[in-house]
Amino acid sequence: MAIEVRIPTILRTYTDGAKSVDASGATLQALIDDLESNHSGIKDRLIEGGQLRRFVNVYVNDEDVRFTGGLETELSDGDQVVVLPAVAGG
Amino acid sequence: MLRLPAEIRDAIVAHAKRDHPDEACGVVAGAEGSDIPSRFVPMVNAAGSPTFYEFDSTDLLRLYREMDDRDEEPVVVYHSHTATEAFPSRTDIGLANEPHAHYVLVSTREHGNSEGPVEFRSYRIVDGHVDEEDVEIQE
Ligand SMILES: [Zn+2]
Repeated sequence: MAIEVRIPTILRTYTDGAKSVDASGATLQALIDDLESNHSGIKDRLIEGGQLRRFVNVYVNDEDVRFTGGLETELSDGDQVVVLPAVAGG
Repeated sequence: MLRLPAEIRDAIVAHAKRDHPDEACGVVAGAEGSDIPSRFVPMVNAAGSPTFYEFDSTDLLRLYREMDDRDEEPVVVYHSHTATEAFPSRTDIGLANEPHAHYVLVSTREHGNSEGPVEFRSYRIVDGHVDEEDVEIQE
């Protein structure tokens, strides 16, 4: 099952510079675990204490996963996942 | 060094004054790899706060898709401080996630919504390290 994952500039050090990579998983959690197996270290940049990091936005087919079940969000073949760090500060 | 057209500098300052006392934020997009800021894109501060800013998550996705379609990147990421100097806060440094961007800070603490000069400074922020840089305004 192939799902395209768009990788932001700041995380491309984990993907050899690739802007997008394919991964698989029936949920976002599983997808991130799969990403981690090929791009070691990336999981820690996305998840903290079992939750998506507060300042990382993940979208499945343009929907912010905060509104679709977070890490439990279900995925299917052909979905597109976009990861974008928040643009924020104080 | 950041080279910035005067009209874009003016637009950033006007945005900061308009949104004072809340923080204003936005980007100036430019062709990928060019380091030339050309397209001014003011953003809504979803935090609506005098001490914090954050792009709305839906707007953020739209912005990045649009830049992607145009082969652009955020050459400048700007925001204002409304009660403190135009220097990156610890939060700014911790959340700076665009290693190629010029981080522009404007401070409206002196004149608020009124006419008058503002501090306008630019930084590189990479891996928690801040480097101030010169700003050259192109008339
Ligand atoms: Zn700030």
